[in-house]
Amino acid sequence: MLIALLAMLGLAILIGASLGYASLKFKVEGDPLVDKIDAILPQTQCGQCGFPGCKPYATAIANGEADINRCPPGGDDGIHKLADLLGREYKPLNAEAGVEKPKAVAFVDENTCIGCTLCLQACPVDAISGAAKQLHTIISSLCTGCELCVAPCPVDCISMQVVEETVDTWKWRYPSFQLKPVATRNAA
Amino acid sequence: MNATLRKLFSFNGGVKPQTNKLDSTREPIAQLPLPAQFVVPLHQSVGGVPIPLVSVGQKVLKGERVGAPDGNYSSAIHAPTSGTVVAIEPRLMAHTSGLTMLCVVIEPDGKDEWIATEKLAYHSLPADEVRDYLRDAGVVGLGGAVFPSHVKLKAGKNTPMKTLVINGAECEPFITCDDLLMRERPELILRGVAIMRELLQAEEAVVGIEDNKPEAVASMQAAAAKFEHIQIVAVPTRYPAGGAKQLIRVLTGIEVPHGKRSTDYGVQCFNVGTAYAIYEAIELGRPLISRIVTVAGNVEKPRNYEVRFGTPMDFVAQHAGVKAGTDSFVMGGPMMGFRMPALDVPVVKATNCIIASSPALFPPPPPEMPCIRCGECARACPTDLQPFEMYWHSRAKNFGKTQEYHLFDCIECGCCAYVCPSNIPLVDYYRFAKTEIWARERQKDAADSARVRFEARNDRIEREKREKAEKLAARTAAARSSAITSGDAAINATEDDPKKALIAAAMARAKAQKADAEHAAPVAAPAASTSESQPNAGEQP
Ligand code: SF4
Ligand code: SF4
Ligand code: SF4
Repeated sequence: MLIALLAMLGLAILIGASLGYASLKFKVEGDPLVDKIDAILPQTQCGQCGFPGCKPYATAIANGEADINRCPPGGDDGIHKLADLLGREYKPLNAEAGVEKPKAVAFVDENTCIGCTLCLQACPVDAISGAAKQLHTIISSLCTGCELCVAPCPVDCISMQVVEETVDTWKWRYPSFQLKPVATRNAA
Repeated sequence: MNATLRKLFSFNGGVKPQTNKLDSTREPIAQLPLPAQFVVPLHQSVGGVPIPLVSVGQKVLKGERVGAPDGNYSSAIHAPTSGTVVAIEPRLMAHTSGLTMLCVVIEPDGKDEWIATEKLAYHSLPADEVRDYLRDAGVVGLGGAVFPSHVKLKAGKNTPMKTLVINGAECEPFITCDDLLMRERPELILRGVAIMRELLQAEEAVVGIEDNKPEAVASMQAAAAKFEHIQIVAVPTRYPAGGAKQLIRVLTGIEVPHGKRSTDYGVQCFNVGTAYAIYEAIELGRPLISRIVTVAGNVEKPRNYEVRFGTPMDFVAQHAGVKAGTDSFVMGGPMMGFRMPALDVPVVKATNCIIASSPALFPPPPPEMPCIRCGECARACPTDLQPFEMYWHSRAKNFGKTQEYHLFDCIECGCCAYVCPSNIPLVDYYRFAKTEIWARERQKDAADSARVRFEARNDRIEREKREKAEKLAARTAAARSSAITSGDAAINATEDDPKKALIAAAMARAKAQKADAEHAAPVAAPAASTSESQPNAGEQP
């Protein structure tokens, strides 16, 4: 009886110690849930969700402080993915945050730009190149379309232009089903 | 050498559709007159979009380069005849999407005058230079994949090249362009093959031709007698024997596994048309400006033509006599081809066949019915996939799963859809899933790079703040506290004010410029001012 008790006690201590050690040794840096949410968010960094960037919004969602329907660039697709990941109910996009728009990139009107660097400071992903009193230009492959540079421009020379589809980015349409006319049409 | 000497293997699956090849092989390859205009798309091959080298109004000679390759994974574009560049603008492409792309429009001067051409002494040049030369000559795979040939003319890093497989199988119904080329110009094709064999340092070259083309086999065999290490082999007729992996399997017994390249096994595969293009580029110094195109389907006289790139498709088809009822063209064959958005899209390097399509020839497909999981498609699939699983997951937009079933190994041959008793357009689902997956990957790459840049910027701003604070702290330590607080405020004020003043000045200048511009256009200005003043006038009484 005593031996059995001691043996169980010994086992308990041993397992407890190894579990404790493992939890220290294999400690996960950062919050994996935040990273998973962040991976779904489109990284536009536009702040339309009310947070200063995608990562802060991801953190707020993970902490249960924000709803999942506040990201307009992520759109309906993104909300569905977040709902699946978090096991929450799907909700349509919150209109307060904004509306889903086709992807656009910013363009600087070269004739009007005065080289004030205000847009440069606003861009969250350093997609604008230029220096004081020099013409600024937008590196469109890096631009996320966040529109944060549009308002600060004192001479209104930045416009957003929708990215057109090309042969390389064109997507094959979803094979559609043939709909047959229904005979009950006359009755209506 | 004799065809029977070689042991042949076979691939799983495949189908035997009606070939419809006889009609277009009755007459020899014909040449075409010059059309009124050539519309030469700059992007005709896999890889980077070539950069235009000419300007509007410029005179060009036949074979002059009009588009320079963008990087090594790209291929040049040349003028199909001598004449004048009349436009460089987006035009409708020979692509199902109906989208436009930058094209060089050339009006022929009728002289059809070549640039100075010269044979390339490739024996005395390093292989890399010959490859660059082929890139600049615009040589790409003419079997339909239009992959830049110079990229493929390189043996694997660790494996020496053993067998060069030349694809003359031409398994797709209606298409006979390779057949006619092999009948009429066998020796020139084989001279191209010899050049490729030398570049690849391959031990042997094997030309595989489906046994429903006895004339082509005979003429190639007669020509091959003059060459060493080139064998002509007739392979059993079964679609898709002309798929690269299938032909390699039949001729060498090697099955290239998922995710590997054939060069890892010492094999490389080229089309006979490509071999001919390489001969022309190296021995005659002529860049790739034309190819053989089969015109078939709803036409009076199906036939093969040597067509220059940029010729409108309807111009080519007219010569074969388009019959009434033709509503569109299909580029390629009935199994793998694409419907064109308009009749006048230009012939490009990928155009091996133009089929005039009519509702009688290709009736609209019967309605799609549910999959009964009969497994016919899996039996027919030449790449040993499970089409019904891929269909199921593509349809549910479950793209991760489609990739688990190796969607990207599908060669879109259409065998599965051909046998499906439920008439499911299976390949359309695969194409849909593939383009969706590519789009998602592009999106993900963009998001990843934005995340990295966003974090880097935040780090930088943090660092700059810290450095500023540190500097300030150092200054604080050096001076008396009362003096500093007032001084600091002064510094802030002077730092802010001049900036604001500068911006205000710049804005004033911009306004002045705008005003100047308005003065320069006095007609517009008064009109604007009256329209502005009218509502005001209405408000006052
Ligand atoms: S360039 Fe403008 S729109 Fe584009 S990412 Fe930067 S701030 Fe946003
Ligand atoms: S052939 Fe058609 S019905 Fe049969 S399993 Fe394949 S997809 Fe389903
Ligand atoms: S289209 Fe793809 S899935 Fe269908 S038979 Fe061909 S390779 Fe197999």
